[in-house]
Amino acid sequence: MLREIEGSKAVAAAVAACRPDVVCAYPISPQTHIVEELSRLVKVGELDSEYVNVESEFAAQSVAIGASAVGARAYTATASQGLLFMAEAVYNASGLGLPIVMTVANRAIGAPINIWNDQSDTMSQRESGWLQLFAADNQEAADLHVQAFRIAEELSLPVMVCMDGFVLTHGVERVDVPEQEQVDAFLPPFQPVQSLDPKDPVTIGAMVGPEAFTEVRYLAHRKQQAALEVVDRVGREFAAAFGRQSGGLLHAYRTEGAETIVVALGSVTGTLKDAVDTLRDDGVPVGLVALTSFRPFPEAAMARALAGAGRVVSLERAFSLGRGGIVEEDLRRVLWNRAGEVALTTVAAGLGGRDITAASLVEVLRRADRGELAPLEFLDLDEATVAAHLAAVGPRTEGAAS
Amino acid sequence: MTTSTTATTAPQQSEGRTRFYQVGSFAVGNRLLPEVRSLQSSRERNNTLTSGHRACQGCGEALGARYVLDAATAAAEQAGGSLVTVNATGCLEVFSSPYPESAWRLPWLHSLFGNAPAVATGVAAGLRAKGRDDIRVVAQGGDGGTVDIGFGCLSGMFERGDDVLYVCYDNQAYMNTGVQRSGATPPAVRTATTQAVGDAPGNVFGQGKDVPRIAMAHEIPYVATATVADLHDLERKVAYAMSLHGPRYIHVFVPCPLGWGSKSSHTVRIARLAVESGLFPVFEAEHGEVTGVSPIRRQVPVEDYLVLQRRYAHLFRPTRDEQTIARIQAIADRNIRRYGLLGHPDAVPVLNDEVTGAASTLGARADLNDAPKED
Repeated sequence: MLREIEGSKAVAAAVAACRPDVVCAYPISPQTHIVEELSRLVKVGELDSEYVNVESEFAAQSVAIGASAVGARAYTATASQGLLFMAEAVYNASGLGLPIVMTVANRAIGAPINIWNDQSDTMSQRESGWLQLFAADNQEAADLHVQAFRIAEELSLPVMVCMDGFVLTHGVERVDVPEQEQVDAFLPPFQPVQSLDPKDPVTIGAMVGPEAFTEVRYLAHRKQQAALEVVDRVGREFAAAFGRQSGGLLHAYRTEGAETIVVALGSVTGTLKDAVDTLRDDGVPVGLVALTSFRPFPEAAMARALAGAGRVVSLERAFSLGRGGIVEEDLRRVLWNRAGEVALTTVAAGLGGRDITAASLVEVLRRADRGELAPLEFLDLDEATVAAHLAAVGPRTEGAAS
Repeated sequence: MTTSTTATTAPQQSEGRTRFYQVGSFAVGNRLLPEVRSLQSSRERNNTLTSGHRACQGCGEALGARYVLDAATAAAEQAGGSLVTVNATGCLEVFSSPYPESAWRLPWLHSLFGNAPAVATGVAAGLRAKGRDDIRVVAQGGDGGTVDIGFGCLSGMFERGDDVLYVCYDNQAYMNTGVQRSGATPPAVRTATTQAVGDAPGNVFGQGKDVPRIAMAHEIPYVATATVADLHDLERKVAYAMSLHGPRYIHVFVPCPLGWGSKSSHTVRIARLAVESGLFPVFEAEHGEVTGVSPIRRQVPVEDYLVLQRRYAHLFRPTRDEQTIARIQAIADRNIRRYGLLGHPDAVPVLNDEVTGAASTLGARADLNDAPKED
């Protein structure tokens, strides 16, 4: 049903339609509206689920682990520091092969403390063994949750749905909220691969030594690779069932004949489409690849999407301190056999909630088209402030606020 | 309910002619009293933790865990249900589940070191959501996983009223990592991080957490302490806990021969001496109120307990550290007063007693170490 609705509420409605058996969460901005709404739905009886108010994110993920291990469909949500606080359990959930679905309302990591949006939090968990799907808008955020449960349970792997904090969670948009009947037809009841059943006792979480750990890790890697097909197929099945494109591995936008292609994740891809349209109107040959499935990383699909480009710009809402782009590293692997032909640069943008304006994007892509970008740039960096600080305290300073 | 006061009173003691030893299992002569047989002596025992696991010889935790889970399984089955268990990281987890082997014959889940109570909450919530009221949940961990790293999750599980029996096997240090101090390590104890060096050898006084009392402060339905010296009492407490719902906590004192530097044959004796000295009060509480204590049957000085463990050796060699021993005795005396462990308030402590050998010097204890302790 088409509704004018806040992103968090749309996501809560979509999650509720997936009939989770257990919902647990610890409040952290900007995830709060999602779990507040779910707790309300449980309390008024619209959602038949166990809602557990936990004492920390570490406990939230742990409760989800316990619930999933007895064959219950488990959901939680977090952001930023909360994701880091639960990190040990995040890795554990994937290692145990538990198909938990978690929303991450993307937010910066401190210090300095900052509650606003970037994607440093989920990027820090990119090797955790979870699938990471990034929503471009609130329609996709809602739809990805329905797909996430299907994907997770088919693979017996946990899935993170990443949506930009505030930009999406608190943004009101027109969303076609998935209907209960549609979701019921799309998402079968959870049939766990293994569960704690007294009739057939299993030992879950055994200690594995050097004699088998490599094999366990190798098989986990193979499973991640196999997940690419599942993410792609479930995306297509969703489109067939719901009549709209959401999810999948990536979306190419005006990449035909594009000399410069910008790769980005999340809500900025909407603004980028406008920037691409503006530049195309001016005859500048730029295109966009919106990456939905960051983990597993769709290497082949990305290589195809970038095949015609001479310049690739990785626009990232996070970066590796002292190093540079994070997605850039994955793109470099995609482009390794075209290393001499393609210029790959990174633009770090929108850190800690700084607005990414269409004007700034148009400007940076114009410069990219002219081959003027440095390997690593920071969008809208206040050069004067940085220069003044460096002049005052020298280059080996820790913080900008001192 | 039956309190431990009645349970630990030796049954059918007639005219002083029946001699009891191994009081914990109520053996008379070489026979277990039939009416108080331990579950483990029954042919129908559950054997949830089978032989072949890799615990050290004399491991108090393995002994305690086997009795706890067998008793819990039996209680669940008597009520027409079954049991699942969640295990924190630690010795119990490591020695029982080395891939591709498992010593567990019940559904068993290990996640992390610090999250066993929360995982158990999730298990309970998942089972409730699936309508499986017949499956009960027991979570277990060592003192490190309970008192320290898992404490936040434990407190959360308590205050929410989650339907979980949590059992802590307390061997008073991080044994799995090589005997480092935990928040349950007593004063003066030598560990790898509180070494017997310097002006104040061993662990400092005035630190540590009394988690049974903290559990009571949550006013949960049931809190109990127990030791592997009285396995019948332990079984009874587990069975009683299983008859209740909501969060329940049992804190089991489990000597660790490796970490404590004690003979593997002394595990049960040391546990008994911990109780009889007053250093480990055995009691139970409901909704924050103490409802029963196991009285000390014959008080011994703390020294009797200390001398059997090399982790206290620096208190006796090269010279006796009278002051520190007295401070430890004061802790025991406080426990005795706090819980009324001498049975009646005007009971006279039996100290310096020839029969018990109490307050004897280090060398004089050797005879008792090998002799069966008689009542």
